[in-house]
Amino acid sequence: MIAFVTRRLLLGLLTTWLISVLSFAIIQLPPGDFVDAYIAQLASSGSAVSAEEARSLRELYGLGQPFYVQYGKWIARVVVGDFGESMEWRRPVIEVIGDRIWLTLALSFAALIVTWTLALPIGIYSAVRQYSFADYIFTFFGFIGIAVPNFLLALVIMYFAFTMLGASVGGLFSAEMTLAPWGWEKAWDLIKHLPLPAVILALAGTAQLVRIMRANLLDELRKPYVVTARAKGLSEMRTVLKYPVRAALNPFASNLAYQFPQLISGGIIISIVLGLPTVGPLLVKSLVAKDMFLAGTIVLLLGVLTVIGTFISDLVLMWVEPRLRHQLD
Amino acid sequence: MVEPILSVRGLRTQFVGPEGVVRAVDGVDFDVFEGRTLGVVGESGCGKSVTARSILRIVDRPGRVVGGSVMLRKADGSTVDLAGLTEEAMRDIRGPEIALVFQEPMASFSQHYTIGNQIMEGVRLHMGLDKHAARKRAIELLDMVGVPQPSRRIDEYPFQLSGGLRQRVMIAMALACDPRVLIADEPTTALDVTTQAQILDLLRQLQAERGLAIILITHDMGVIAEMAHDVSVMYLGRAVETGSVSDIFDRPQHPYTKALLRSIPTVMAKPRTRLPTIVGSIPHPFDRPAGCAFNPRCADMIAGVCDIAEPPPTNTGTRQVRCFLHGGRP
Amino acid sequence: MATDADRYAVASQAQLIWWRFKRHRMAMISMVVLAVFYILALGADFLATSDPQATDSRTSYIAPQPIHLFDADGSFRPWVAGIKGVRDVKTFKLVYTVDSNRRVYIEFFGHGYKYSFLGLETDRHLMTLKDAQRGEGIYLFGTDLLGRDLWSRLAVATRVSLTIGLVGVTISLFLGVLLGGLSAVYGGVIDTIIQRAIEVIRSLPAIPLWLGLSAALPNDWSVTQVYFAITIIISLLTWTDLARVVRGKFLALREEDFILAAELAGASQLRIVFHHLLPSFTSHIIAAVSLALPAMIISETSLSFLGLGLRPPAISWGILLQDAQNVQTLALAPWLLLSAVPVVLVILAFNFLGDGLRDAADPYG
Repeated sequence: MIAFVTRRLLLGLLTTWLISVLSFAIIQLPPGDFVDAYIAQLASSGSAVSAEEARSLRELYGLGQPFYVQYGKWIARVVVGDFGESMEWRRPVIEVIGDRIWLTLALSFAALIVTWTLALPIGIYSAVRQYSFADYIFTFFGFIGIAVPNFLLALVIMYFAFTMLGASVGGLFSAEMTLAPWGWEKAWDLIKHLPLPAVILALAGTAQLVRIMRANLLDELRKPYVVTARAKGLSEMRTVLKYPVRAALNPFASNLAYQFPQLISGGIIISIVLGLPTVGPLLVKSLVAKDMFLAGTIVLLLGVLTVIGTFISDLVLMWVEPRLRHQLD
Repeated sequence: MVEPILSVRGLRTQFVGPEGVVRAVDGVDFDVFEGRTLGVVGESGCGKSVTARSILRIVDRPGRVVGGSVMLRKADGSTVDLAGLTEEAMRDIRGPEIALVFQEPMASFSQHYTIGNQIMEGVRLHMGLDKHAARKRAIELLDMVGVPQPSRRIDEYPFQLSGGLRQRVMIAMALACDPRVLIADEPTTALDVTTQAQILDLLRQLQAERGLAIILITHDMGVIAEMAHDVSVMYLGRAVETGSVSDIFDRPQHPYTKALLRSIPTVMAKPRTRLPTIVGSIPHPFDRPAGCAFNPRCADMIAGVCDIAEPPPTNTGTRQVRCFLHGGRP
Repeated sequence: MATDADRYAVASQAQLIWWRFKRHRMAMISMVVLAVFYILALGADFLATSDPQATDSRTSYIAPQPIHLFDADGSFRPWVAGIKGVRDVKTFKLVYTVDSNRRVYIEFFGHGYKYSFLGLETDRHLMTLKDAQRGEGIYLFGTDLLGRDLWSRLAVATRVSLTIGLVGVTISLFLGVLLGGLSAVYGGVIDTIIQRAIEVIRSLPAIPLWLGLSAALPNDWSVTQVYFAITIIISLLTWTDLARVVRGKFLALREEDFILAAELAGASQLRIVFHHLLPSFTSHIIAAVSLALPAMIISETSLSFLGLGLRPPAISWGILLQDAQNVQTLALAPWLLLSAVPVVLVILAFNFLGDGLRDAADPYG
């Protein structure tokens, strides 16, 4: 068990490191160094940078030195929480991102909960009542969920809400709450606004997991231990829920671990269509404007969140699967 | 005469699929008595396991019990027909009255719960014991079937046990609610020879202690000879010959029984002689031959009779045979 | 019955797969749908009724116009309504609207904009207008803000989006077979490294990375350069599924008796791989590819939709949908959402096809 956790933890650290290198590469990729870009940016907005200031900036980030030195200097600052300055906003990156990163997390987490609560019962029902009317309906919606990219779904829902209800369904807060300071009221407002984007975001993943759950459970239902449970005189409901569902949870849970990166990814696009105050729109805007410190930081933070989410899912998997707990000791 | 504890008459189970109907069990009759073992024997695919499941009505879909009666004499002397019980009432039969021991102990346990959990479940459900009492009983049961260090083993998972131990635990689980009938479906097939003998010994010993009625399903005539008092030979979903073991082994009447007995290897045989086999193989269930199902493979087949009509069950003394050579000629 | 069984016993692997595949009705329908889409994509320019790049402020946001098949006298002579300029009484601006009194007749195989088809320069199109005035066209799916014909743009976009999937899958397939195969054949340290790499890549959030990488593409790159760069970026994160399928199948097959038999018969390692192993799981690879394609297409569409994939003047589904990004525009010109229809159809069809193929891939299963 400890071996398993250690392995996962090391893998997580490796992933984090890789993400940090990629994030830094993204910061570095545009031609010319970013101090040039910074100077150009400031010049275009009317303020000038003295040669000395430019030199000290170059010094600070080790520009002109090999990639790994620059990376080292950058990561050393990141570790202590200094993510650099956004060129476009002229403010520290971390301030620009603000609570958007937590809202991103809230959205992904809400979508994860929706995925679980929908996929599990629907998958079980579809397998136990295979080829029933409801099974066909769920299968149909499942295919729609897989085939319709979620930004399209968001677009269509927005369109119908706008033309039929005359309402805008975007946003995570009511107008009067957007700028309000954090408190119970604002949190409650957020909870009221979360379901719609969370459901849209969760649909594709839910459809995938329903299919996985249904297929696995159909396999498990044919296994001899189900007959054993029936022969003990358990009710059908209890038999199914305690034994085959339990066994089918394993592939379900291990797949869930890969849902988190997908949700973080999907959340970005959905946020843009629905106008949600997550890091998604900020990332796209910063990339278009080549505000690379901001963009690189967002990619880094999203990556780290994903690693943490995946690690937690792994722990859940271990808790679900006794074989894993015992055999890896 | 002693009343049977379980009496099966005309049991029929069908599987309806897109390709047609398979009559997996097609008229099975037998009686099981307290303290005695009935062996049900036949080649694989002849409907032995389905018979066992049909008695408890736990046949997998799309299988369905379509006819016959299963009379169970309860401890208080009253008799119920299991075929007519509601699903709920049936659940109280499974476990406390009739229990099953399965062929593959590995696959028949869930790998996600400890063996203790799986034993205690039935105990708590049917005997109404609390968690503590159920655990105590589970340890006793494990001890009874010869699992060493039962109070430690109870918290292990099935995959941590050896094959022989798993089958012992399976028997403990079946006996958890003191059933009076135990159906053992090929309980030793998946085990090596030494372990097989131990498990059969255990079953015999438990039967002697508790007066269990055992239905032992096997394809192994040797196991029947060693364990059973009575035997029912099945072919393609039918009991073709039923009677006491000594009687049938000495004077088999049905050609299929004779063929089965001939194909047991013996130490007495001359070296380098071929072991007789039964000609042909079991027909596909969709193409059941007309007349007596065994006629294409039968050495004594009477043309114009056996391939036209089905032989009715004929009783001679304590034995029942379905063969035109032994009565019932049209 | 017996003859059926015999037929089954002597059939080749390919025949068995085909028989089994034919039983999946949805997969068969999907295959036809996809074939039609790819044929349309091949003849996109021929099907286009006007130049997909030509802008005209007069034809901004014209609603879809039906093609009328019969003329007033009942003869078969397809026509569409023309457009006319009307001066707005309040703003005094010239506003163009559909003039249902004017009939512009359709000419089949007429001349339109120039394009090259399989290296052949031509200007023939399926349908063009005869004696049309400026701004008049066959607006089957309406026009966008810049007055470009959506039908023609969609035809060309379909070609781009469908081929980007193919190119991307080819790259993924190459990486997947190579790395999955290496992993299975050599095992040990190589296997461990490749497997860990796959796990790491699978746990990366794809879209932020794609966005970051594609934003870094130089602005002065040509449409073709960006096209290939984007396919490579997408493929870099999507080869992992294929590698897993290849490795899993390789390992399972290696235990099979027929491989042992080949080894005992003295076949070389290379012969075993190419003669025995590869043919046995080509069907699985085809199934995996047909499930990877829609993911590829969605990725490109999403990137372009966000303005960080292909760039105009390239035309792809994502770029067309980009025009439909905000609700106000959609309320004004809901037909812009028509671009979503082929996306959904193609992805759905690929999923059904992939499912059918995956089931059929194990003909003895």
